[in-house]
Amino acid sequence: MNAPDMQATDEGMPVSWYEATARTRVRLLLDAGSFREFVGPEMREVSPHLQIFDLPEQFDDGIVVGHGSLGGSRVFVAAQEGRFMGGAFGEVHGAKLIGLIRAARDIGTIPVLILFDTGGVRLQEANAGELAIAEIMRAVMEARTAGVKVIGLIGGRAGCYGGGGLIAGCCSALAVSEQGRIAVSGPEVIETNRGVEEFDSRDRAFVWRTMGGKHRRLLGGAEAFTDDTVSDFRAIAIGLLASTPSFGIDTLKAEQSRLMERIQQFGSLSDAVDIWTALGVPDADSIPAMPADQFISLANTLRRASHDAR
Amino acid sequence: MTNWQQSRAARDSRIEAGAKVARGKIVDAADATRLLEAVLRPGDRVCLEGDNQKQADLLSAALLAVDVAKVHDLHMVQSGVVLPDHLDLYDRGVAKKLDYAYSGPQSSRIATMLFGGKIELGAVHTYLELFARYFIDLTPNVALIAAVSADRDGNLYTGPNTEDTPTVVEATAFKDGIVIAQVNEIVDKVPRVDIPGDRVNFVVQSDKPFFVEPLFTRDPASITETQILTAMLAIKGIYAPYGVKRLNHGIGFSTAAIELLLPTYGEKLGLKGKIASHFALNPHPALIPAIESGWVEQIHSFGSEVGMENYIRARSDVYFTGADGSLRSNRALCQVAGLYACDMFIGSTLQIDLQGNSSTVTTSRIAGFGGAPNMGSDPRGRRHPSDPWLQAGKEADPQGSPLLRRGRKLVVQIGETFGDKNVPLFVDKLDALVLAEKLKLDLAPVMIYGDDVTHIVTEEGIANLLLCRDAAEREQAIRGVAGYTEVGRGRDVKAVQHLRERGVIRRPEDLGIDPLDADRSMLAARSIKDLVHWSGGLYAPPSQFRNW
Amino acid sequence: MEDLSFRHTARHRAAGSKNMAIIGVVASGNLEVLVERILPDGECVIEIKTAAEGFSDVWTAVVADFVDRHAAGGLKFSINDGGARPDTVSLRLAQAVRLMQEDEQ
Repeated sequence: MNAPDMQATDEGMPVSWYEATARTRVRLLLDAGSFREFVGPEMREVSPHLQIFDLPEQFDDGIVVGHGSLGGSRVFVAAQEGRFMGGAFGEVHGAKLIGLIRAARDIGTIPVLILFDTGGVRLQEANAGELAIAEIMRAVMEARTAGVKVIGLIGGRAGCYGGGGLIAGCCSALAVSEQGRIAVSGPEVIETNRGVEEFDSRDRAFVWRTMGGKHRRLLGGAEAFTDDTVSDFRAIAIGLLASTPSFGIDTLKAEQSRLMERIQQFGSLSDAVDIWTALGVPDADSIPAMPADQFISLANTLRRASHDAR
Repeated sequence: MTNWQQSRAARDSRIEAGAKVARGKIVDAADATRLLEAVLRPGDRVCLEGDNQKQADLLSAALLAVDVAKVHDLHMVQSGVVLPDHLDLYDRGVAKKLDYAYSGPQSSRIATMLFGGKIELGAVHTYLELFARYFIDLTPNVALIAAVSADRDGNLYTGPNTEDTPTVVEATAFKDGIVIAQVNEIVDKVPRVDIPGDRVNFVVQSDKPFFVEPLFTRDPASITETQILTAMLAIKGIYAPYGVKRLNHGIGFSTAAIELLLPTYGEKLGLKGKIASHFALNPHPALIPAIESGWVEQIHSFGSEVGMENYIRARSDVYFTGADGSLRSNRALCQVAGLYACDMFIGSTLQIDLQGNSSTVTTSRIAGFGGAPNMGSDPRGRRHPSDPWLQAGKEADPQGSPLLRRGRKLVVQIGETFGDKNVPLFVDKLDALVLAEKLKLDLAPVMIYGDDVTHIVTEEGIANLLLCRDAAEREQAIRGVAGYTEVGRGRDVKAVQHLRERGVIRRPEDLGIDPLDADRSMLAARSIKDLVHWSGGLYAPPSQFRNW
Repeated sequence: MEDLSFRHTARHRAAGSKNMAIIGVVASGNLEVLVERILPDGECVIEIKTAAEGFSDVWTAVVADFVDRHAAGGLKFSINDGGARPDTVSLRLAQAVRLMQEDEQ
C-alpha cells in the first residue's frame, strides 16, 4: 500500500535532498508511483521502549522500507528520517533494515539502496540498537557475498554517524553530497573526550573539512559526490548501480591495501587541506566554497574511484 | 567674577594628566588603566561604546581594572549593555548609575542587578532618545570609543561599524569632554576620516580587533511554513495595497521570510518596483536575493553586519559607502530616517495585550528598547505626504476633513500566535506591567504602544486597527487574529465575524492565499549557502552559520 | 505523554478515493498525521498522543474548527505529536485531508 506524502513541489523546481523528508526522498528517487512499502505506518509497528521514557513514537519508527523501481529496474529501498530522534537506530528501526537486507540476500538479484540519515544508536534503546547495527553489518556482507549491491546515499540533516558510519563502511559504494557527513564519533563527542584543541566542534568549517562530503570524496571514503537535489541523487544511484563491481575476497584485500596506503600517505598530515594539497588539488582552500559541478569534475580528474577496493 | 570656562579648564587639566601616560596621543594598551585613572574623576558621566554591534572591549576591561579609590561611582551613559564587563563595573563599585537603551545579551543579569539595587537606574531609552540627551542633560565627560584604525594625529577610521561614534564624539568633544579611542591598528594614513583628529584626545592600540558580533543574520534554513504564511499575508495584504516603498524591517524570522519572498512571491504578484525599494536597514544577508533581483534602490544602515563587507563594497549603488569603498553606517541618522522618511515599520515582539501594546520585557529579562519604539511609532512632526501615509490617515479618520487630516505611519506587528517554547504572543496583562509594579517604575516598559500600531499579522490573518472605531472593536480585532491562545479563544465570535465582513479582519482566504501554499520552496534562498550563491560568492558568512 | 480522543459528526464525506495517507515527522514542534478512510461517511475520529501535556482545551478547539471547515467524513486521524503549535496541527490536518482527496494512482 502506497503511503504518499506531500513535502515538496515537483513542478520542475529542484527538490533539496537535505530539506526533504525520508518519504519524499523515496517517492522522488524512485520511478513515479513504483514504491511499495513494507511494514507501513498503518501497521503501527512502533518502538516498544519510548513510552517508558515519556517520548513520542513515530508510526514507522523513523525508517521507511520497501521496494520499487529505479530506471526500470527493481530495487529495495530503506530511508531513515533524520528528524525523528536524529534518525537513530532503535529496535524496530533496526529490525526493519535487517529484514530488508536479509530479504535481498535471500533473493540475490535485487540491489539495496540505503538512504542514511542517522546520528547512530538511540540511547534509550542502546542494547537493541547496537545489536541491530551488528546484525545489519553482517546482513550487508552476506548480501554482498550473494552478489547483491548495497549502495548508500548520504546527504541529510543528521549525517551518517555512529553505527550508521560503520554500516556505510560495509556498503558496495557510497554517494555523498556537501551537506552529508560520514564518521563514527561525532564532533561533540570528540571534543568532550579529546579537548577543544584537538577538535573544536563549533568550528563548522573544520567539521565539514574533516567529515563532510567533499573530503570523503577526495579521501576515497565515498565513491561519488553529488549536488543536493533529489534528481542528482537519483542519477548517481543509477550510475553506481551500473558501475559498482561485484564483491569477493580480492575486493577485501584491495580495500585493505587502499586503507594502508592511505594512512601511509596522509597519516602525518593534520588538516584536510593538507591532504587535498598532497592529492594534487591546485588551490585546496577553494574546495569548501567550490560549486558542486566544478568539484565533481575536479574530483574525477584527481581520483577516479578505485573500483577494485571495497 | 564668575568663571564661565570652568569645564574647559577641567578638560585641559585632565588632558595634561593623561598626557603623562601618552606619547603624543598614542597610549600603550598596557597603560590604558593608568590613562583612565588619570583622566577620570569620581562621579563622571562616561559613555562607553556599548553600541548595538561593536564594543570598545579593551577600554571596558581597562575601566574595570581601575583603582576604585581613584575612580568610583561613575554614571554610565551607553547605548548597549552587552559585555559582562559592562555590569561587572557595578559589582566593583567603579560605576553606580546607568542610563542606556539596549541590553539584549545581559537582559537577565541586568534584571537581577536592578532588582537587587546594585545599579541606580536613570532611565531606559530608545537609541535616538539617548543620543538626544547626550546634547541636553546626559553629555558625557569622557567617551570611550572603538575605531578600526587611527593615524598619529588621532584621525579615526570607524569603517562599516561606524554606528554611534560620530554622535557620541560630537556631544563629548564639543562640550569640553575627553575622547579616548581604542583602535585595531595605527597607520600612516587612514582609508577615510570618519572622526577628525582634533576631536580625539587619546588613542590606544589594542592587540586584537574590537568585539563585534553578527546580530542581523537569520539562517533561511530555520524559517518555518507559518512564518512564510505571515510573510505572504504581509506582502499581499499590506505592502501591496498601501504601496509601501520606504520602510524599515525589525530583525526577525518573519521579516527575513518577507525579504526572501520578494523575488518569488512578490514577483509573481507583479510588485517589483511598486514596493520595498528604499530601506532604513542593517545589511541583512536575507535581502541579498531581492537586491540581486533588482528590487532595491537604496539602503541606509544603522551599523554593519559581519560577513557582508565585500558584498557591500561591490554594491555601492545600493549601500552608503565612503570614497574608500567601505560601508558608512550611522545609527543616529538612520534612526531619524526610519522615523521620518519611512512609511512603514514591520517587526516582531514577545507579547501583545488587548489594546495592542507590545513589549519584549519579561519578569526575568529586561532587554531595553533599542530602536524599535522609534521605528514603530507615528511621527507627529512629519509633514511631507506620501500615498501610504495618506491612505492610512484616511482609514484612521474617515470623517475628518481631508486637508486637516493627519497621515499615519504604518506600524505592523507580525508574528506567530505561539512563539518560542509555545509561549502565547497574546496576553491579558503584559509582563512589563508586572515588572513596573515590582520595580516601582513610573512607566511600564512598553515597546510599541497600541495607539501607534496600525496592523497585526498572524497566521490567522491581518487585523487592521486603523479601521477600528473604539477600544472594544480593537480588542475583538486583536482576539480575532490571536488564534488558539487563551486570548484568541476568548473572542466574541459574532463580533469577530462582523469585523471580518467589514474588512477589519482579513483571513488568508479573503486575500486569496491558501495556507497550504506557504511552503519553503517559495523562499528565494533556503540556506546560508544559497545566500552566498546569490551574492556571487561576495557574502562571507561567519563560522557559526556554515554547514560546508 | 497525554492521550486524547475526539469523535465528531462530519457533514460531508471526504472526497477522493485514497485509503491512507501520512504527513509530517515527529520532532520537537512538529507532528505526524496518519489518516485512514475506515469509518462511516458521517463520522470523523481524531486520536492524539502528545508530548505536551495539559493542552486538551486547545486540542478540542483546533479539532472542532478543523472538522467544521473541512469535509472529513469517514476519516480516522491518528496523531503522534512532538509538541507542535496549534497552527502547525491545523496545517498538517489540512494537508492530510488534501492528500486523501487525490485519486488512487
